[in-house]
Amino acid sequence: MSHPALPQPESAAAVPSRRQLLASTGYGLGSVALWHLLQHDAHAAPAVVHHPPRVRNVIFLFMMGGQSHLDLFDPKPQLRALHGTPVPDSLTRARKSATGGILETIQASPRRFRPHGNCGMQLSDFLPHTSTITDRICLIRSMHCEQSNHDPAQLLLHCGTPLFGNPSMGSWINYGLGSESSSMPGYMVLLSDDGHGLEGAGASLWGSGFMPSSYRGVSFRNTGDPVLHLQSPAGISPATQRARIDAIRDLNQLQQQQTGDREITARISAYELAFRMQAAAPDLLDFSRESAATHSLYGIDDETTRSFSSNCLLARRMVERGVRFVHLIHSSWDHHSDLTGRLRRNCEMTDRGMAALVHDLDQRGLLDETLVVMAGEFGRTPMCEVRRGQQSDGRDHHPQAFSVWLAGGGIRRGHVHGSTDDFGFNVAEQPVHVHDLQATILHQLGVDHERLTWRFAGRDYRLTDVAGHVVHDILS
Amino acid sequence: MLPLQLLPSSAEQPPCGMRTHRPCPGTYGPDAGLLRPAPGVLRPDAGRSRRPLLSLMIAFCTFAAFMQSSLGADPPTWNRDVLPILAEHCFPCHGSDPNARQAELRLDLDTAARQPAASGNQAILPGQPHQSELIRRITTADPDSRMPPPETQRSLAESQVEVLRAWIADGAEYQTHWSLIPPRRPSLPADPTLSPIDYLVTNRLQNAGFSPAPSADPATLIRRVTLDLTGLPPNPEQLASVGNNPDPTAYANYVDQLLNSPHFGEHWARWWLDLAHYGDSDGYLQDFLRPVAWRYREWVVDSLNNNKPFDQFVIEQLAGDLLPAAATDQIMGTGFLRNTLSNREGGADLEEFRVKQVLDRTSTVATTFLALTIGCAQCHDHKYDAITQREFYQLYAFFNSADEANIDAPLPAEIAAWQQALPAYNKRRDELIAPLASRLQELQQQWEQKILYTEAHPGQDFAWDRTLELLGLQWGQNLGEGQLEGLAIIKTAPTHRTISQQQRLQDYFLRSARNEFEPALQKLDVGKLINALDALAQELPPVTRAPAMMVSPAERTTHIFVRGEYLRPGDVVAANTPALLPPLHSDGPPTRLDLARWLVSPDHPLTARVAVNRVWQQLFGQGLVTTSDNFGVRGDLPSHPELLDWLASELMQHNWNLKSLIRTIVLSRTYQQSSNARPELQESDPANRLLGRQQRLRLSAEAIRDSALAVSGLLNPTIGGPSVKPPQPDSVSREAYANKWVASTGPDRYRRGIYTFLQRTTPFAQFVTFDLPDNSHSCTRRERSNTPLQALTLLNDPVFLEAAVALAERVIKDAPADDSARIGVLFQLTLARNPAPQEQARLLQFLNQQQQIFTADPTSAALLAPTDSSPDTAAWTALASIMLNLDEFLNRP
Repeated sequence: MSHPALPQPESAAAVPSRRQLLASTGYGLGSVALWHLLQHDAHAAPAVVHHPPRVRNVIFLFMMGGQSHLDLFDPKPQLRALHGTPVPDSLTRARKSATGGILETIQASPRRFRPHGNCGMQLSDFLPHTSTITDRICLIRSMHCEQSNHDPAQLLLHCGTPLFGNPSMGSWINYGLGSESSSMPGYMVLLSDDGHGLEGAGASLWGSGFMPSSYRGVSFRNTGDPVLHLQSPAGISPATQRARIDAIRDLNQLQQQQTGDREITARISAYELAFRMQAAAPDLLDFSRESAATHSLYGIDDETTRSFSSNCLLARRMVERGVRFVHLIHSSWDHHSDLTGRLRRNCEMTDRGMAALVHDLDQRGLLDETLVVMAGEFGRTPMCEVRRGQQSDGRDHHPQAFSVWLAGGGIRRGHVHGSTDDFGFNVAEQPVHVHDLQATILHQLGVDHERLTWRFAGRDYRLTDVAGHVVHDILS
Repeated sequence: MLPLQLLPSSAEQPPCGMRTHRPCPGTYGPDAGLLRPAPGVLRPDAGRSRRPLLSLMIAFCTFAAFMQSSLGADPPTWNRDVLPILAEHCFPCHGSDPNARQAELRLDLDTAARQPAASGNQAILPGQPHQSELIRRITTADPDSRMPPPETQRSLAESQVEVLRAWIADGAEYQTHWSLIPPRRPSLPADPTLSPIDYLVTNRLQNAGFSPAPSADPATLIRRVTLDLTGLPPNPEQLASVGNNPDPTAYANYVDQLLNSPHFGEHWARWWLDLAHYGDSDGYLQDFLRPVAWRYREWVVDSLNNNKPFDQFVIEQLAGDLLPAAATDQIMGTGFLRNTLSNREGGADLEEFRVKQVLDRTSTVATTFLALTIGCAQCHDHKYDAITQREFYQLYAFFNSADEANIDAPLPAEIAAWQQALPAYNKRRDELIAPLASRLQELQQQWEQKILYTEAHPGQDFAWDRTLELLGLQWGQNLGEGQLEGLAIIKTAPTHRTISQQQRLQDYFLRSARNEFEPALQKLDVGKLINALDALAQELPPVTRAPAMMVSPAERTTHIFVRGEYLRPGDVVAANTPALLPPLHSDGPPTRLDLARWLVSPDHPLTARVAVNRVWQQLFGQGLVTTSDNFGVRGDLPSHPELLDWLASELMQHNWNLKSLIRTIVLSRTYQQSSNARPELQESDPANRLLGRQQRLRLSAEAIRDSALAVSGLLNPTIGGPSVKPPQPDSVSREAYANKWVASTGPDRYRRGIYTFLQRTTPFAQFVTFDLPDNSHSCTRRERSNTPLQALTLLNDPVFLEAAVALAERVIKDAPADDSARIGVLFQLTLARNPAPQEQARLLQFLNQQQQIFTADPTSAALLAPTDSSPDTAAWTALASIMLNLDEFLNRP
């Protein structure tokens, strides 16, 4: 990209949402100053890409709380023979647990694993639907990080650092690429849970940290008001709403003539997008024109699957409308006790929807331009949970090894990457750190993770902090 | 001919990292260099030894020179021209961080840069650019020797190469970084009628060929200064008192009135609380409540309203507890250090998170008072500023020897009853315990020993590891007490414990002792005693506590953490300040109090400058140094260095009087200029660095809500007290793990925004929409974004509709029954001016249309006009809501 005349913000107050300088000035990085103008209503911004992108959108399925890789994705039949025996010291010495430390004994998974699809990927019997998409996904069994508490680990996965106050992946991507939607913000968040509420760092996971709030994820609820204050107040008809916006526009234009402040144009546009959002949301939420086959594929009408599956279907519909980053969060997988019961319940809620999403995107040709990522913040221990000296039937947090899967444009299909040791305790081969996953996601979008930077507090920040390598082995 | 654009792309920093980079010819012209030291001066190196201050080295240009110098004749200088280029392109590998240094070359020190390398080449050969290896390397086409290396995809612009060439040709003189030279009062004309601010700004503008903007009209000015000083729009009485008064002193009197308003402290406290990153909860997963955090907020509001000298303000916040015979109010200042997050999730390593808190305190202090990004040196020597990792941990050591400790800080209404009842309470409590006292004391001693042993020997006994952990996780949970305070009391010799400490530890022991102590206590039937103590506690009049700090009871050794990891302790360091700043004076080992006094010592180059720059930022939208968080070498240069220095010296000379400083600024013509865009300046100074006009600024989240409540008459102006929770949709608090938002009722729903409870994991959604900063670390400058969610909030959020209903009713009641007159009143209330004919006409058209709509739709009319269900009132409500959505209403003009 050539170095054009530098942008000319009219003032310090001239707002970032309007103009962004995107420069790669970090240590040892390229000197090409990349910047682009974000349109007033934050859509149709020219993309800043460093290489040809493979996908346009990302659907991030975040399984909050930390799924048990050992009961879902990473079979360890060897543990059956060791069930109930103490864990080798060599494994546990360096480890910190969330709740205890000693008296740990091996807990073999009661789940049954079978190979599925042409690729023969082994998955748990708790994932009957995901088992039907094994030939479309790439499973990474060698994920790891170093954070064993929920908040820091979730922040690491989303923001690239275990600390609060940094922008999330969706913010980074919208900052880098802009939004393509004319009726929706570029970063939407969809929440569901198993009745225990969200367990984790809350809105920080879709916060824009030190970036302006225009890059923040907008949480979209599938019940009630989908976006805060999307409904006109009682008594304000569509006609009055339109008339209000028109009058506000006209007076704002007079103010702009008076003051010459170009920022007012941005405000006028923001009101227009707000009105379009109000108009578009009911249509977005209206599943009535989806076919019966689609309803049944996702399980929209099933009480158990409705909540998460509706979010999956919404994700597809948002991607169709150009939303850049759709962020599903399902909580909670934090099964310190009643592992089998709660794991079954959450799998029943989510398995069908996410498999349907991949099928559906694929059959519509959207999977090629979309990247679907399913991940939790860490895995679970191969040992029984220990609480107050008592063993329970749960598993503790385990950042040393866990599994994620990806599907979509440029991702190998039917592939398993990496492996763990015989206990599922440590990564054995091809380790993939959370930063590597983030680097890979950006890479698929055409963005070099080392060159997407933001200057804050005297430093150029990146999503991947000072680490991260693209995992080329999982790319097709 | 030298290029005009001399800054690296990193030079300017708008809010929270936002960059709006642009060249500003003239801004860094010759006149900007008044802080330049004399030729031949070295900048201090990053070594360990203290060097004498470099103020001697400074030769200020005379004003004549300032006025006469011309751009083309001026050779590049280190601070203004060269340093930014080297900092951006070269220091990452050839700067002060030895671990990152390549080829043993450092360019940040002149001696090192002139040192011949093993090859015999010399990076910088003064006077001989063609013999200088630096120039060869940045210009060669040979990829093997090209700098920066091609793989970095970074290269210098031709204009930057030219700067370096010209600088070397001119002798390659290094200078002290501008912000490290103590501020000096510029010489000024003796005209007492001329504000030095206006003199310096006007000179600068005229030098660039422009004149100042005309003054804003009186209505605009009144609205501006009222919002700036109190965060509220002017009310009709205020407008009446000053609006039509032609007396020039009327404005000055009005300013004094605003500065004396208690709303001044409320508004300016928000500015300070952003720096302190105040919150009403712990942060992290459970995000437990801190129900007494507001005591610190109140302390800030009161301090600002009482115009506490800024040096005292600083000292009390860092070390109020260490002042001789410290008063409760002074100790409460240390609540500043209590805004770090607390992790109480199971498995959280107590020491790990204590270290995180100390790191945060260190960085917050550096950002708030020094505007140095010292946090960068946590893991390695700073890559740009001459701050070593060792120096970071020397600063860290000041806070590593401090522990969290809440204090009894009775509210005025509580003092008498509490003080009166306390002796009897203590006596009665002793009596209740007496029968078991010796046995309990014996057990508690053993228990304390066991706790201390466990801390020193982790991993030996799981049950005790857990007991220790729980002591840290549970102590003072949901009370906003320091989580390690129980442990700190145990570490305090029993004879040194206060009565309150003794009682609180005993209470914890009786209720929460575990393991073998549980049966022992049961045997003594302590359940009965606990019940009796609980009943007694009910009789003691309540006393509100306050967050504060104390000296750690047990000495803690500070280590450098290798790569910043707390499990990798390196060398031991003692508390000290960075060598690039003036030396610290102390009798004996330096304390937090010494640090605080050092910060506000008259020869300190940063504290006053940083403070006045932020005040300027509040009043103009950007500081004279736009990077108000970074006065280091990668920060921006001041647009008006002498003005910055004059303001800093004014602050110090007038006993650090903040209100007086603000008054001086808002009385200047510079402040009072019109904010309208000036096409003739748009091209050459789009960022308004020359201050050729004022600036429209979108109001803060709090001020937008406060304004709507104020103009509608709903605002509850009560000053102070605990935080409140205005209503918001339930779904907001469902986004976090814990803490349902139970909305306040009655008038508490309409308090000013500063009193809104700040739940860290789910901050008040309306404020987040309007750029409430993330409060996990210090924010030096808020964003001002402009999004559709803001539009949705202003159009549809119930509180703004409520305000519209109230505003409509107010106008109908107060104004004559004439549409035009009512619109006039509406404009006065919301915008402090009369409507223009076009505006009047447009709104009348809207009103007529809405009257028809609501006449045809009585159901909607009844919803919008709850009092009288009249279509007319409903139409006025819709019209009032328009006023609350106008860009003009949302902006300070």
